[in-house]
Amino acid sequence: MRRRSETVVAMLLFACAGCAIAFVVFYAIDRLGRNTQVMGLALGGALIFLAVALMVTAARLVVSEELEHDYPEPEHPEEQQAIEQVVAESGDRLTRKRLLKTAAGLAGGAVGAALVVPAASLGPVVSSAPLYDTPWRRGLRLVDDKGRPWRALDIEPKNFYTAYPEGADRDLIGSPLVVIRLDPAELHLPADRAGWAPQGILAYSKVCTHAACAIALFRTPKFEPTQPRPALVCPCHYSTFDPSRAGEVIAGPAGRALPQLPLYVDPAGVLRAAGNFSGPVGPSWSGVRSGKAT
Amino acid sequence: MVRRAVRWLDERSGAAPFLKGVLRYVFPDHWSFLLGEVALYAFIVLVATGVYLTLFFEPSLSKTVYHGPYVPLQGVEMTDAYRSVLDISFQVKAGLLIRQTHHWAANVFVAAIVVHLLRIFFTGAFRKPRDLTYLIGLAMLMLTLLEGYLGYSMVDDLLSGMGLAIGYSVALSAPVVGGALGRLIWGAPYPGDPAFESRMYIAHVFVFPIIIGTLIALHLTLVASRHHTQFRRPGRQSGRKVLGVPMFPGQAPRSLGLMAAVAGVLFLLGGLVQINPIWLWGPYHVGLGTNGAQPDWYLGWLIGALRLIPHFDVTIGNYTLVPNPFWGGMLFPLFVFFILAVWPWAERRFTRDRSFHNVLDRPRDAPWRTALGAGVLTFVLLVFFVGSADRAFVSYQIDYNTQIWIYRVLCLVLPPLVTWLTLRICRGLQRADEIEHDREEAEGESAAAAA
Repeated sequence: MRRRSETVVAMLLFACAGCAIAFVVFYAIDRLGRNTQVMGLALGGALIFLAVALMVTAARLVVSEELEHDYPEPEHPEEQQAIEQVVAESGDRLTRKRLLKTAAGLAGGAVGAALVVPAASLGPVVSSAPLYDTPWRRGLRLVDDKGRPWRALDIEPKNFYTAYPEGADRDLIGSPLVVIRLDPAELHLPADRAGWAPQGILAYSKVCTHAACAIALFRTPKFEPTQPRPALVCPCHYSTFDPSRAGEVIAGPAGRALPQLPLYVDPAGVLRAAGNFSGPVGPSWSGVRSGKAT
Repeated sequence: MVRRAVRWLDERSGAAPFLKGVLRYVFPDHWSFLLGEVALYAFIVLVATGVYLTLFFEPSLSKTVYHGPYVPLQGVEMTDAYRSVLDISFQVKAGLLIRQTHHWAANVFVAAIVVHLLRIFFTGAFRKPRDLTYLIGLAMLMLTLLEGYLGYSMVDDLLSGMGLAIGYSVALSAPVVGGALGRLIWGAPYPGDPAFESRMYIAHVFVFPIIIGTLIALHLTLVASRHHTQFRRPGRQSGRKVLGVPMFPGQAPRSLGLMAAVAGVLFLLGGLVQINPIWLWGPYHVGLGTNGAQPDWYLGWLIGALRLIPHFDVTIGNYTLVPNPFWGGMLFPLFVFFILAVWPWAERRFTRDRSFHNVLDRPRDAPWRTALGAGVLTFVLLVFFVGSADRAFVSYQIDYNTQIWIYRVLCLVLPPLVTWLTLRICRGLQRADEIEHDREEAEGESAAAAA
């Protein structure tokens, strides 16, 4: 019985060695060296054979008697007392304890503060003004990801376009837009946004006001009488915004409407910004509603 | 040979008495005591594969154009960080194997810690004198979640960017200090200062691993110095004497075998089961998003919580006090960790039991703990499943918003129900135990009388 178990363990160790050598060989052969499956199989196989060999050893070959030990003493009252005494007596020679305690506390606090303060270099902390910044200004043209201007006639209904400010950094939170075209008769924009959507073309910030993901989904009804209205949807937590009603939140967790960018069509037929966004772009912070997009 | 080696070491370190103690240290035998070991071995695999990856990864957001062998991305502008991970995947020999093994190990590491935590909780192993050990374990779990998040965030693929956007929004949502906090961590409004990549990198490969490693050492030292808990054994002084297999020769091959098994399974997964195929996501830009890429499983509860909250910000007039992501992204996890952290203290208070406990409870032995624990677990699991509501929509065409409303109701109804049910089951089992005990006693007596 014991001899048989020894044979089994030896065979398993040979198999382990075989797999490990195979791994080295596979690695050395260029074609196989890039074959992740074969290499994972060889290395994983070697370790699994080793594991089984060790477990058979544990179960069959080594002494596995059970021992009984005392649990350690729950506590050591004498030593506790001795420590307390040593600490208590350490200050016996001091006469002005309060003065020294105050001074030491002050020194410790000041050194601590001095060591922590450089952390403020990580980022400007005091002003939240930069959080309101966007690159959009009146007259800026809307361009696609290759820098080509979007013309009004490029924007078709039931479709979804991404636009950026011409010449600005596209990777700012205030840059990307979603542009869609709806039937002007269906729009319910507030009175102060009259003229923001020429020919029914609407532009909203593409950055969700909930958690800053890009609004990458456009729900558009295939059969209008029964299916819900067009909506802009964020793929992270499914905040759903109504583009025909000034980007208000229909469902999902977003706490603020999607900021809208006013547009106009220039004489060449190209879409341009008519100003900055209707509100701060991107996720909210305490006080976000107190300012405007700048 | 052994004698000479031991003498050499003892003369130089005086460690022989200590080593003798280590060899005879006893391990009580139960399969569930191995869960923590699985986590430890996954951590070892993480460090080993992680060091290998740092030899090739370039934590830089400098722009470059891809000219590597992966055709669909050729000519695409991207950052060096993303490009170097593509190179690890396609050009470094064994690079993809190591990268995928690293990612799998992270998933298994967190899973092992969570299951280990459940074992510790439901058997009452966190009670004095092991409450400090338990708190260190909780701290490690928190750090591990952040560490894993940083790991896939610094690759700068589309999934990284979307995850970071959410992280930034959660940081920004902290009441009053959020705006400052977000800009302190990111250095500038999102996507932040280019140095942010270096910050993530040093945190992921140095600061967090060092802290987690130190806490593991502390955790294990405390486990060893107070010795392992054990289940009650009839006819023995289970609370005074620990019974088990000694480290050597009994336990060593088992533990080493488990280590080899964990590493083996992780390499098999890394070789055979694709994980986070970053080349499919593409480089990140603020204006890009997808719902095809899913983050690691252990973030599911936070995604679920972010989705479950109805749409409102807390405002006073025109002043925004609490932005929405705060509830799901910050308060919810802090609340769960808070409950877990104060539990040992709260239980001591309510049961007035301040004594030492070396013997484990079976879940039925402490009905209230088991019932409340099951209630909280149900709540967290429900929120976790909300994180997969969009997948359920895609796979089974169940309307997404309907699902969210069902989950909202379930989150209120199901935890109390599960608590009540668990309490009843525990009490029923206790009663069955008592009847069994009485029956055995009576049978013993009648047998004695017959004799």
